[in-house]
Amino acid sequence: MMFMNAQRPGLIKDAYIYGSDSIILDLEDAVAENQKDAARFSLYHALKNIDYGKTEVIVRINGLDTPHWKEDIRCVVAGGADGIRIAKCESAEDVRKVEAEVLKAEREFGIEEGRTLLMAALESPKGIMNAYEILMASPRMFGCAISGGDFRKSMHVQIERDGIEMMAARGNMLMAARAAGLQCFDTMWPNIDDIEGFQAEVRQNRKMGFDGKSVVSPKQIQYVHDTFAPTPKEIAYAEKLCRSFNEQADAGVGVYTVDGKMVDIPFFEDARRVIELAKACGVYHGDL
Amino acid sequence: MKNAVGREIPDEILKNGREVYQGKNYKDGKYIKKASPKSRMFVKPQESKLVATLKEACIQCGAHDGMTFSFHTELRNGDYVGAMAARVLVEELGLKNITVAATSLGAAQDVIADYIEQGRITGVQTSGVRGRIGEVISAGKLDAPAVIRSHGGRPRAVEADEVHIDIAFLAAASSDCCGNSSGVGGKNNFGSMGFGTHDAHYADHTIIVTDTLVDFPNLPSSVSAIDVDAVVVVDDIGDAGKIATKEARMTDNPRELMMAKNAAAVIAATPYFKDGFSFQTGVGGPSLAVNRFLEEHMREKNIRMSFALGGTSKAICDLMDKGFVRHILDTQDFDTGAAAHIFRTPGHHEISLSEYANAGNKGAYVNKLDYVVLAALEIDTNFNVNVITGSDGILRGAPGGHPDTAAGSKCCIIVTPLTRGRMATVCDEVVTVTTPGDCVDVLVTDYGIAVNPLRQDLIECLDKAGIEHVTIEQLRDKAYSLVGTPDKLEWEDKVVAIVEARDGTVLDVVRKIKPLDVNAEGEEVKF
Repeated sequence: MMFMNAQRPGLIKDAYIYGSDSIILDLEDAVAENQKDAARFSLYHALKNIDYGKTEVIVRINGLDTPHWKEDIRCVVAGGADGIRIAKCESAEDVRKVEAEVLKAEREFGIEEGRTLLMAALESPKGIMNAYEILMASPRMFGCAISGGDFRKSMHVQIERDGIEMMAARGNMLMAARAAGLQCFDTMWPNIDDIEGFQAEVRQNRKMGFDGKSVVSPKQIQYVHDTFAPTPKEIAYAEKLCRSFNEQADAGVGVYTVDGKMVDIPFFEDARRVIELAKACGVYHGDL
Repeated sequence: MKNAVGREIPDEILKNGREVYQGKNYKDGKYIKKASPKSRMFVKPQESKLVATLKEACIQCGAHDGMTFSFHTELRNGDYVGAMAARVLVEELGLKNITVAATSLGAAQDVIADYIEQGRITGVQTSGVRGRIGEVISAGKLDAPAVIRSHGGRPRAVEADEVHIDIAFLAAASSDCCGNSSGVGGKNNFGSMGFGTHDAHYADHTIIVTDTLVDFPNLPSSVSAIDVDAVVVVDDIGDAGKIATKEARMTDNPRELMMAKNAAAVIAATPYFKDGFSFQTGVGGPSLAVNRFLEEHMREKNIRMSFALGGTSKAICDLMDKGFVRHILDTQDFDTGAAAHIFRTPGHHEISLSEYANAGNKGAYVNKLDYVVLAALEIDTNFNVNVITGSDGILRGAPGGHPDTAAGSKCCIIVTPLTRGRMATVCDEVVTVTTPGDCVDVLVTDYGIAVNPLRQDLIECLDKAGIEHVTIEQLRDKAYSLVGTPDKLEWEDKVVAIVEARDGTVLDVVRKIKPLDVNAEGEEVKF
């Protein structure tokens, strides 16, 4: 998910060319207080006129404690963005407030009801603590992401290279997302020139179980893709599991061994997920 | 008469055996009669060829009305010598009807624009034209059209006596008193002198202009004393800051990096990418960055480049120092790193423009080139490329070695952004054809890759490697959808420049652009 300042037409006109899965057009922190109108104008015309192809377009709206968020929603919905990222989301009530405004806007602009999806940016301990209820608050919700900058401030900690300062929050949020059956994304790495630090964090994200990462530069995209894509070894094993499951199911066997390890239905489901992810990443060339 | 790229060439251009372009290999196997220069005999023992002033040297070399002079442009925007020579001929000697036949023309020689306007310089033959000179030529200030030739086309024309150089003024970083001279060893080093060496062989007279006189003999030399008539020492041959940058900067622009990465991926997907392959790239943002990504592919496949060709930057020298390149065949050096590398590194050789790219000789290096990565101002749906005229129809570019390397290489890759500002780079029809589409194989843009349908073999390679590509028409449509379809330029009848293909046939002409009718507010008025 790549952040782009919605006020910069030169950036947002073709942000999709770099191959990120999603673009987050930002109306919040990247836009000065007296430029919110201009940013909405630029955003609306971009959404209406630019074909972003397969790239998902999400808009980060201003916080619910500002006078901007309702107008942001009207602009986003009228423009036809795929989703809204709710900034500083702290409760299920926040989600429901946004949901109501989105529905109103969809009706106002004749957009198919339910088309506009939602995700939550969890930026405070309260948001993290309420992650599960936030994710379950609306059928429009597709996931959540932690916002490191604000979260660290509220925890009185600094960014650490080993990620220890957000370990608990990341873990909490991940569990909530998995429990809700939704997606979970890590925060961005702010120091673009510290490539080593960025890469270490991406590897850690994958090990923890995140679905992806927020990025702030096209230069960061490829490493995220390379890291999150299943490895050839994982794909080969997943293929083997899928094929063996089909054979064993025909024979009426539920639990059996593959490469000397016991496997059953949950393994098969995970193998299928790996194959689907590999296909989405463009690294699967088999016939499943 | 229409030529092979569909351009209408006026009959009055097709005189004295001049033909229209008829395909890239049309002249293969034909013969040219080489011209020989007039050469003054130096029989008596002599202490030195040093002459006190350039004016005096010009007089000694028989400067006259109607003459043709040349200079090389390896000092790029920092060159003082081209303008210095023009001033002496026009202002100090008062000559008229002069033709300039330089390897390029740019801001460093802006004074030539004045002389064209004054009617003193009446002929221009060049491999590139930028700045005010391009503007005055485009405004129709020359009686006869300028002739634009590639880096290979220029020595071919000289050898075929289509251009006869009376005096070559060659800037040298160092020279001895007899004219053994070099692009290094002085205070303004520029490296390879490959742009100038051929002129020294074929001009009737050669004057070396240097700011560093060294002891005789200045060896190894790029230009030998046997070709030199006079040596003139000046305060400075150029502005060091503009001759070469410290190091051609590797771009960190994500868009350029993405295009470079994709170009390298295309190279790695083709069959010529094997141990001993050969390669040329430019020094522009994405072109230079291809070196970086190519290194990764070479490392992965454990292969080395046989030779890197053409203009040289430190990036390719670094690749050589790391053991990835066996030979660098160097016509000019873009940065001080390359200029310092050339004569101290075995395998890094200076070559002349004729050796580099001349279709009229028997073994130009471009004919052994596997890959070339080039830029473009415009490319059309027939893969014709324009690198000479801007979107306003004004001369402001340089074919250089573009047409030669495109024609000679097995795989010519154009790397260019789909749009520049409000202009579509991929279009229906380029303003001027400088490199014909039958020489161009792959286009890499920031919005996708297109392969010339003439190269079905490359299409198969890309498909096999899983590299997505689209048609060039799709890229054009995308470009027009972003910036709109431009209005056609409006021209007058007068031809201001002839664009020759590398074999001497006529590829295109540039006409005088019709001035816009504007009202007092500067708005265009249509009648």
